[in-house]
Amino acid sequence: MPKSTDRHTHAFSVGHLARRPEAGSLVGLVLVYAFFAIMGGAVFIGAPGWSSWLNIAAEVGIVALPVGLLMIAGELDISVGSVIPASQMTAAIVSGYFGLPILLGIAAGLGVGLMVGYVNGLLVTRTSIPSLIITIGTMFGVMGFTLGFAVLIAGSTSVFLVPDPVTKLILGTFIGGMFNVSIFWWIAFAAVIFFVLHYAPIGNWIFALGGDRDSARNAGIPTAALTIRLYMLSGFAAAFVGILQLMTYQNAQVATGQSFIFNSIMCVVIGGVILTGGSGSVIGIVIGTATFAIVNQGIFFSGLDPNVGSVIIGALLLAAVLSNDGFRALALKYSTKKG
Amino acid sequence: MSANAPILALRGVNKSFGPIDVLHDINLEVRAGEVLCLLGDNGAGKSTLIRILSGVHQPTSGTIEMDGQSVGFPTPRAAADKGIATVHQFGGTFPLMSIGRSFFVGVEPTKGWGPFKTYDRKKANEIAVKAVQDFGITRIDDGDRLVGGLSGGERQSLAIARAVHFGARVLILDEPTAALGVKQAAHVLRIVNEAKRRGLAVIFITHQVMHAMAVGDHFAVLIRGAVAADFKKGEKTREQITDLMAGGETMADLEATIEGYMASHDGHPPPPSH
Repeated sequence: MPKSTDRHTHAFSVGHLARRPEAGSLVGLVLVYAFFAIMGGAVFIGAPGWSSWLNIAAEVGIVALPVGLLMIAGELDISVGSVIPASQMTAAIVSGYFGLPILLGIAAGLGVGLMVGYVNGLLVTRTSIPSLIITIGTMFGVMGFTLGFAVLIAGSTSVFLVPDPVTKLILGTFIGGMFNVSIFWWIAFAAVIFFVLHYAPIGNWIFALGGDRDSARNAGIPTAALTIRLYMLSGFAAAFVGILQLMTYQNAQVATGQSFIFNSIMCVVIGGVILTGGSGSVIGIVIGTATFAIVNQGIFFSGLDPNVGSVIIGALLLAAVLSNDGFRALALKYSTKKG
Repeated sequence: MSANAPILALRGVNKSFGPIDVLHDINLEVRAGEVLCLLGDNGAGKSTLIRILSGVHQPTSGTIEMDGQSVGFPTPRAAADKGIATVHQFGGTFPLMSIGRSFFVGVEPTKGWGPFKTYDRKKANEIAVKAVQDFGITRIDDGDRLVGGLSGGERQSLAIARAVHFGARVLILDEPTAALGVKQAAHVLRIVNEAKRRGLAVIFITHQVMHAMAVGDHFAVLIRGAVAADFKKGEKTREQITDLMAGGETMADLEATIEGYMASHDGHPPPPSH
């Protein structure tokens, strides 16, 4: 936590905390956890409950972090939903079907993600079409290619891959039979992206890009290159989740991943990122992801009708958007002491 | 040329977009420590002229000279590198960023080493706050405050202080007072005078004659893409300038028409004609 640098000493006060972008999300997280802790009882509070929601949070969280960066920069990425199956199918075909070294398969899968990201970034920066439409287009395109090539090459929509023990250990183990190793990857992604957004100078560029693209360009920020890099990062992260799933379940499916489209955006919005861009935080996105995963899994421990979970997530999303606007207004009003 | 040669000059600049001529044979000069007021009604070509000066558009023909040398501004960055800073009506800043962060966008101060260089928030805030306070805006004393929380005048001042801090020699102010109240506008005009005192050349674009007369040394009136009048401080009265901007139709005639109508219609003003 950076210290207050001037004579103002309110850095740790409640009022200051309340103006941070993730303040609303934190309240939501506490409420949601308390609710399901009461409804779900000891099992949900114990290791089974934690592993259950952390495993979900890790996968969607790795995608939500770069999608959140894009949203802070004022763009969307829908294509993550088909990059996940595309990368795992590519890796499974290279290393499982053709039997080539596993590292080659992983590299090919991640390469697919980077390539889709590059194409997205190029289209977004070279045309005036909204990124929502462009990435819906690439989402369907990649989905079609994945299905087409899987059937053409492997003759099936599902390809098996048995990873070697080391790869399995690093990318697809359940620690203690419960906690997926992906949780650690999520923490690593969060740490790196936290540094990039909040401490590296490039983080300032991302905020500027979402705040006012023209002013950012006039200030000398390479806006096109930055946008392309952000899309490549989200493509890479989605591909990485595809690889994690492949190593965990040892089977690539062409139809996984669609749920990640809405789920990643919801995690980001519940985490306090403002839809018009220019504001947000990595801690907020992590909190939003945890909240989403707790509702998603808590519902099974609570004995409630699973459909109630969807209703809660929908309500949370609306509450988040409303409170994001409220917190933004509060932050803008904040003025220094009079006199 | 004397020691007071123009920093920036336009020589016979024309600009057309396809078949449409927007600017016609523009000749203008601005010197260090001088405020050139560019006056004109909406659609007179002021915005296009600014875009040419700030590197957004290229002139179709004619030259731009800096310090007597012919120059080109292929990009906004090129113009900025040569010391031309443009401040737009709303300050062109980022409402949800802190004062320190927005002040240093693109040129962030860093501390640390190699790939672990981090944004130096403390240094950025200190420099930004000092730069703004040097312009007399003492109300800004916390660099963590969001830009969106500042008043319109403070935002303009922040943008001008930023331009000066990064070595601007020519300051282009695009309608800086248009959206402001009386007090805020006075605030900005003081800042313009301060910039002039520091030896900057200022191009002040406005359609408010009062504001122009308060700070201007030199005036140019644009009508339908051409310089209709070019005169120095004190050479014309406010009424004459307003008449020029209205395109020759004198304000006095308009007022006489309205008064005549009111006299014959029990003091009611004429209905709008459209």
